[in-house]
Amino acid sequence: MNKVYKTAAEALDGLLHDGMLVAAGGFGLCGIPELLIDAIVASGVKDLTVASNNAGVDDFGLGKLLATRQIKKMMSSYVGENAEFMRQYLSGELELEFNPQGTLAERMRAGGAGIPGFYTQTGVGTQIAETKEVKQFGGKDYILEEGIFADLSIVKAWKADDTGNLIFRKTARNFNPPAAMCGKVCVAEVEEIVPRGSIDPDHIHLPGIYVHRLIQGQHEKRIEQRTTRPRPEGATRKREEA
Amino acid sequence: MPWDRNQMAARAAQELEDGMYVNLGIGIPTLVANYVGDKDITLQSENGMLGMGPFPYVGEEDPDLINAGKQTITELARTSYFDSATSFGMIRGGKIAAAVLGAMEVSEKGDLANWMIPGKLVKGMGGAMDLVAGVGRVVVVMDHTNKHGDSKVLKECTLPLTGKGVVDRIITNLGVLDVTHKGLHIVECADGVTRDDIITATEATIV
Repeated sequence: MNKVYKTAAEALDGLLHDGMLVAAGGFGLCGIPELLIDAIVASGVKDLTVASNNAGVDDFGLGKLLATRQIKKMMSSYVGENAEFMRQYLSGELELEFNPQGTLAERMRAGGAGIPGFYTQTGVGTQIAETKEVKQFGGKDYILEEGIFADLSIVKAWKADDTGNLIFRKTARNFNPPAAMCGKVCVAEVEEIVPRGSIDPDHIHLPGIYVHRLIQGQHEKRIEQRTTRPRPEGATRKREEA
Repeated sequence: MPWDRNQMAARAAQELEDGMYVNLGIGIPTLVANYVGDKDITLQSENGMLGMGPFPYVGEEDPDLINAGKQTITELARTSYFDSATSFGMIRGGKIAAAVLGAMEVSEKGDLANWMIPGKLVKGMGGAMDLVAGVGRVVVVMDHTNKHGDSKVLKECTLPLTGKGVVDRIITNLGVLDVTHKGLHIVECADGVTRDDIITATEATIV
């Protein structure tokens, strides 16, 4: 079975419909499926619910899907740095369900693992617990959170083999594995597709069983906050140990 | 003289012990890393990294390597990477010994508010609710009063909570306070600050 497609549009063909739930990987602008997002913008599909830790910035990532008003609802933990998002939310045009970051990640992981709900201490006594079942374990309160079962997952990885085994790079891994796991169908975009057998099986981060379609493409990989320090005389090493 | 930002960070660094895995929040807590000295501390970045290094040299920024504040950073020889579910598994599972976080308000019962001002600031809680619910010890570092001079150390928080009864110790520009069952206990005063100065600046009950 061939999982490799030529373009993002071809890889999404037949998978998109209005009102669907999409889980997206990425943290801030790091490790986001930027090519698949662009293709979803171009498709014109609308009334999307998107589960993603963040919502991009105004002109990059999920911010593009907000600008075109294709998103009806976001499930996120942090949406700062996006003026259009704020405007739509405060005017009531966009629904927003805040999830604590770890709860969002675990809801995706749980959905992918066939677990419809789990109890967590995160958020007990706060407004996010207001509508949720509370249960005591060992004398402590926990709230019930539900697994996320997405119609489609879109993720970004560094490398794949043609069977969909994925390797991520540094902190660009973030939400991508749990987002990939929780979708009925997962489409991954990668920087390089290599032949099967050329990745050490012990080094695979996400097995290809979770990945149904794949594309290789050029990524902008925008940096949101470029922080640096001056280079002292003679310093060349990239990695140092304190 | 009350402590400045760096002195508060230096005081907070004294809370950390050799061998600890620690999560530092955004703002003054980030400065704590500059004051750990010889202690062997491993910093967690909750987007999926243990062993966070300093900012990169100019020209060596990597878009695939950022911290939870979305800033470019570097790795260390000890660094490991993992996904967000694993990252919050170690937070929720109590493997992270301590978190040092900023705050808008703290109550005498240890309630913490640091994620939302209704109608004004609606950015989201990020990982703060998970951290305060899961880590071994929560240390708050903040100014004792807001820009209007009102106490941020209160009997009850007025803003939406990040966590209830989660704060262990508060370090402010005026000193160090512990949350106890009876109320707040003054552990230490900043140089030149008296107990009475702290009591005057605090709305909460001090015992």
